[in-house]
Amino acid sequence: MDKFRMIFQFLQSNQESFMNGICGIMALASAQMYSAFDFNCPCLPRYNLAYGLGILLVPPFILFLLGFVLNNNISMLAEEWRRPQGQRGKDPAVLRYMFCSMAQRAMIAPVVWVSVTLLDGKCITCAFCTSLPVETLGNTSHTSLSQGEMKKVLARIPCKEIYNGQEFIANEVAVRYLRCISQALGWCFVLLMTTVAFLVRSLRPCFTQAAFLKSRYWSHYIDIERKLFDETCAEHAKSFAKVCIQQFFEGMSTDLAATHCHPPRKAPADVEEATEKLLGITDQGTMNAALKSWHRCKPPLHLHSPAFPSSNGWAGEKQPPVHPPAPRREVAAYYSRV
Amino acid sequence: MDRFRMIFQYFQSNSESVMNGICGLLALASVKLYTCFDFSCPCLPQYNMAYGLGIMFIPPIALFLCGLILNRQSLVMLEEWRRPQGQRKKDLAVIRYMCSSIMQRAMVAPVVWIIVTLLDGKCLICAFSSSVDPEKFVGFANTSLVQVQQLLAKVPCKDDELMRNNTSRKAVSRYLRCWSQALGWSILLILIVAAFLARWLRPCFNQATLLQARHWSNYIDMEQKIFEETCCEHSRLFAHKCILHFFESMQQEIKLHSFSLAREGEGAVGEEDLLRGITDQDQVNKLLKMWYYAKPPLDVSQVTQR
Repeated sequence: MDKFRMIFQFLQSNQESFMNGICGIMALASAQMYSAFDFNCPCLPRYNLAYGLGILLVPPFILFLLGFVLNNNISMLAEEWRRPQGQRGKDPAVLRYMFCSMAQRAMIAPVVWVSVTLLDGKCITCAFCTSLPVETLGNTSHTSLSQGEMKKVLARIPCKEIYNGQEFIANEVAVRYLRCISQALGWCFVLLMTTVAFLVRSLRPCFTQAAFLKSRYWSHYIDIERKLFDETCAEHAKSFAKVCIQQFFEGMSTDLAATHCHPPRKAPADVEEATEKLLGITDQGTMNAALKSWHRCKPPLHLHSPAFPSSNGWAGEKQPPVHPPAPRREVAAYYSRV
Repeated sequence: MDRFRMIFQYFQSNSESVMNGICGLLALASVKLYTCFDFSCPCLPQYNMAYGLGIMFIPPIALFLCGLILNRQSLVMLEEWRRPQGQRKKDLAVIRYMCSSIMQRAMVAPVVWIIVTLLDGKCLICAFSSSVDPEKFVGFANTSLVQVQQLLAKVPCKDDELMRNNTSRKAVSRYLRCWSQALGWSILLILIVAAFLARWLRPCFNQATLLQARHWSNYIDMEQKIFEETCCEHSRLFAHKCILHFFESMQQEIKLHSFSLAREGEGAVGEEDLLRGITDQDQVNKLLKMWYYAKPPLDVSQVTQR
């Protein structure tokens, strides 16, 4: 518990740098994915636009959804949203805060992908090479080609090896032009995104600081409460299991004593502790029987108080079944659901 | 509690170095970004100037905004500036100090980008190749105006078929690069001299005010961190109590098997102290609202005398 607390405090106290680190890693991962991807323009009139724009827009959408899926807090948000009101009111401001902070983090990788794609230029070159202004860039003296054929020639611009329109437009001129447009769009996009991020971050203290402090506190609280509840349940389960198993062995030992009519022997004081730990099972046959019983007939999830020892039915002797008082049965049901 | 203290001491001594570290990383990122960026001048008469100057000035603006976003102190300064006065007066000198230190750190990455761009020379060659005087260069002297504009626009593109072995292209390129590098080194020299003078002459003016401003800006930063820490600690204890109460209210036999009552017995006093009597939602909301609308006065003498 102490270690958990220390690590938790460190992360909370250093929340800014932790989050900045995560965002940086996601941005690098996105850039790395783009450079690993092998871009292959189809160089055909209608396919170019679909392929280019698809590579520009579909992976960011996937990365955005992935950002949500990989964020552990999404289940926390869903739980808080869907829970019945009960004795605790629901605050929509807290839900909005949680959603906004998750969305902001999920936006980083798609924005980096779009920026890197635009600054690289291959996608826009592929998508818009058929829309080049041939009149301004090239020489239109060869007007023997129809529109469709001209489009076919222009579509081959990204594929230098098969380009056959050098006399209309030089390949380098076209590529430079398209790349210049793409990079200009890319830098404008980067500037726009950083401006929006800056405005979102800096306008908040000017307008809604008190509400923000409240939402932040309660969203942390919900997160911490959930974790502590899980931890409490785990500890409880551990104690429960311990006692259950202890009672199983005690039951074994009681049955053993009852069947063989051996009163439990009082061991000498110096080895009493070790003997107690043996729980009355002191030979191979008994141990084997205990293990078999554990496998074939596990004890019920129902801890009894020491006043009512129950048997496991191993001895074969009929013993009256113990009827626990009603609250205990509720306990068993509750714990087994956990 | 000791570990808590250790972490706080670390932050106290090192919040400046954390900010300097971020500033340095951003400057390195700026250089790396420039080297990774594939500069490709369009080599067309109207587009060159826009492209060249755009690449020189738009990324620095984005880097400046990034520097402001990543710096935690900018939020602290804004909050201090916009908060209602309450019981604590606002010291404009402190806010000015914080603002100037944030701006200085945020300016490093853009300045690095501009200087690297100028020393490299590609941007200026692209932007101003159409603006050189064609009479100075042999290859461009005796051509018509339109044609000379077209040719000059193609100077930045070495691999263009017209420019491949043109010695006049190399001459124009060298000329523009020389200007670019001279400008770059001059700007670097001016900035370093200005920084040097500012640092050396600062003790001569208002040193006492400066020390006060620096102390109180560190204090405000620390206070906010500790408030967040305390809120986290409080919410953890609040959650702990809430969960225990929930378990207890389920049924009583849990006493026999769980950890809670034993710990609660010995830890209850300590935890009650830390919760400071704040045990429900309305009290917490009221506390947070009071913290924003009326911060306590900077006077702890009554507490120590108690």
